[in-house]
Amino acid sequence: MTLSEGPAAVPLLSVRGLTKLFGSFAACNAIDLDIGSGEIHALLGENGAGKSTLVKMLFGVLQPSAGQILWQGAPVTIASPGEARHLGIGMVFQHFSLFEALTVAENIALSLDPKISLARISDEAASLSKAYGLPLDPQAHVADLSVGERQRIEIVRALLQNPKLIILDEPTSVLTPQEADRLFETLFKLKAEGRSVLYISHRLEEVRRICDRATVLRHGKVTGACDPKQETPASLARMMVGSDVAEVHRDNAAALGDICVEVSNLSVPARTPFAVSLKKITMKVRAGEVLAIAGVAGNGQGELFDALSGEYPVAEDEAIRIRGKAVGRTGINGRRLLGAGFVPEERHGHAAVSAMALSDNLLLARSQSDKKAFLSGGAFSVIRFDAIRSATRRICEAMDVRKSGEDPQAGSLSGGNLQKFIVGRELDRQPSVLVVNQPTWGVDAGAASRIRQALIDLAKSGSAVVVISQDLDEIFEVATNIAVISEGCLSEPHPAGTLTLERIGLLMGGVHESHSVPEAANAH
Amino acid sequence: MFEAILLTVITASTPLVLAALGELVTERSGVLNLGVEGMMIIGAACAFVAAQLTGSPYIGILAGIFGGGVFSLLFGFLTLTLVANQVATGLALTILGLGLSGQIGEAFVGQPGIKLQPIVFPFLSDIPFFGRVLFRQDLIFYVSIALVVGINWFLFRSRTGLKLRAIGDSHASAHALGINVIRTRYLAVMFGGACAGLAGAQLSLVYTPQWVENMSAGRGWIALALVVFASWRPWRILAGGYLFGAVGIGQLHAQIVAQNLGIVIPSQFLSALPYAATIVVLIIISHNRRTTLINTPAALGKPFVPDR
Repeated sequence: MTLSEGPAAVPLLSVRGLTKLFGSFAACNAIDLDIGSGEIHALLGENGAGKSTLVKMLFGVLQPSAGQILWQGAPVTIASPGEARHLGIGMVFQHFSLFEALTVAENIALSLDPKISLARISDEAASLSKAYGLPLDPQAHVADLSVGERQRIEIVRALLQNPKLIILDEPTSVLTPQEADRLFETLFKLKAEGRSVLYISHRLEEVRRICDRATVLRHGKVTGACDPKQETPASLARMMVGSDVAEVHRDNAAALGDICVEVSNLSVPARTPFAVSLKKITMKVRAGEVLAIAGVAGNGQGELFDALSGEYPVAEDEAIRIRGKAVGRTGINGRRLLGAGFVPEERHGHAAVSAMALSDNLLLARSQSDKKAFLSGGAFSVIRFDAIRSATRRICEAMDVRKSGEDPQAGSLSGGNLQKFIVGRELDRQPSVLVVNQPTWGVDAGAASRIRQALIDLAKSGSAVVVISQDLDEIFEVATNIAVISEGCLSEPHPAGTLTLERIGLLMGGVHESHSVPEAANAH
Repeated sequence: MFEAILLTVITASTPLVLAALGELVTERSGVLNLGVEGMMIIGAACAFVAAQLTGSPYIGILAGIFGGGVFSLLFGFLTLTLVANQVATGLALTILGLGLSGQIGEAFVGQPGIKLQPIVFPFLSDIPFFGRVLFRQDLIFYVSIALVVGINWFLFRSRTGLKLRAIGDSHASAHALGINVIRTRYLAVMFGGACAGLAGAQLSLVYTPQWVENMSAGRGWIALALVVFASWRPWRILAGGYLFGAVGIGQLHAQIVAQNLGIVIPSQFLSALPYAATIVVLIIISHNRRTTLINTPAALGKPFVPDR
């Protein structure tokens, strides 16, 4: 089938002056956008630029406060996702709207005409997934599937409705480079059929590679519309951020000091059916070194962090040594007292209590390790509010945390600012060992470069830093050495300079150098 | 002797099965209604009063279903529209139901009730043993069996049932797909209330045809435990309901036997058995967490507020 009508024809979808207000805050402000038939159109912007709000309005999840949506030239009101699908708009969400307790076929059936039988849906999904190179078993329970497979369900689900426009919200953020390549092939196939794709991303390279046009958003406004192939990543970034992003600065590798963290033959069984078991993990981190651990989500990063931090102590005391001391069975506070600091992945509910003030969050993390500074009265443990407040102020200044008021609730800060605070909370102690999991996940470029610089500076001052991350750009920016975690196994560390993106991609897909490199091995 | 015991077990188990089936549907939609005891006793009172006033136990049954359903609407309004805490509201519903039912039935205390007569299937009821046990039962028993089959089909074969399970798994995702979460939950809550009301009607029209305050005697709580015991599966509700019912009846017989032998077993110990059994089952199923996660409604008890 072909839907293309040539570039001069009426755009498939036009948006005029679309605005969404939350109270007095304009998440989207008078946005104009045109998507032609058979076009892969990028929507670029930092976190909080209004991309998600815009697509939610296009998909009928949110209603615009003002402005107009035109579908094939005619004004339309999209009151619900059902109406959007009826028009021919399909959506693949960033956070999958899948039901873990249901099977693949059942998940797909939920968004289709109820008259179609489940058996037919299974058949169609199976044949469609084959046609687009997205292997799927319709009878599998979603709970048992990997993130990449879950995304395939979303795509197949959208395709089954034969849409004219498919919206993809940050689709590659959870994929290995090889899985992403496969996705791009599917997108090109869709484009060849005359379908349009609205591709939301903040990955500039990717956008330049696959998109025909790009619309850039910043603070809810359109700041540029361009052909991404004519732009450089730097010029695109300028449009996204509004100014040049401070480049992370790193001196040539300094001499490394003593071993600060030593993990030897650490095996941890999976705690839950969805967890990954750690298998014979061995690593050494020296003073002055940043060891970055790359890997696709769900390959044991969380479990490794839990073991290193002592959130879940391990059975073998000798398996983990911090500054020479065996701490496998020691809890998190015991390890902090040895000079280690830890920043977990989840900002809300794990690294910080959203409903509590920043100063309270500071005390919660450091009440044991900095007892002398923050508590007085011996056994009574009376809180010294003055000391905590001044420490909070110090951290906010050091990390440039922007907040409303003197000591606001953690939940009121934007993601980037809260992340700067929780990283700063540990840095303030000058830890000799710092373990961070996903330090810049979902934060804006400015905050991310600040945090990365802080991690590099900490290592330079003689601490050992372990950074667990899925963001390869970040890893290459900060790492002295890079190891890759895959299905609970950790590879040998490689000096950052000796690795290429392709090589890491293969390692992330579970292909280790000792094996041959079969094409299909990176399907997961 | 065995046949007689089996008949009493069936009578004792039917209200448990009915109330648990209703709560199963409610919980599969992600709503935890702890007010089963309250809805049940309201159903018992309404059924008894209506039967006394009209002389027809069938109108009594309808009144019981209606009373339980309307009473559950109060829970629905508080938790779904006003987004009140489900646990607290459910507990309040039980307390309110116990008090309100006393008020409704006050004038009828001590009156002899109208017993719902069995429906006798010709020929089938002449089969020895099975005929007497299975084909000489009252309407409510037949309904309870039909509901097990019907709900199982509805949940796992019909598209509407699939939507209901989807809402119970993740209401945000269901909303994003355009499923009306609040309306479905209202219907599920009312179905739960109606089933609890029917269970109450069974108590005051079949089990002990009279009105006694607090006559539900904790059966609503057993039904709640039964839903977990059955890991949210209709057929297991039937099996578990009869097991719990048998334990209740067996307890009486065991008391008599033990007394004759001169052994004293505290009755409280035996009354606690269903709950103890539920705890044991909970421990067993939590060992196999994958199956639990696939059966347990993940959104259970979580309030849903759609963003605008």
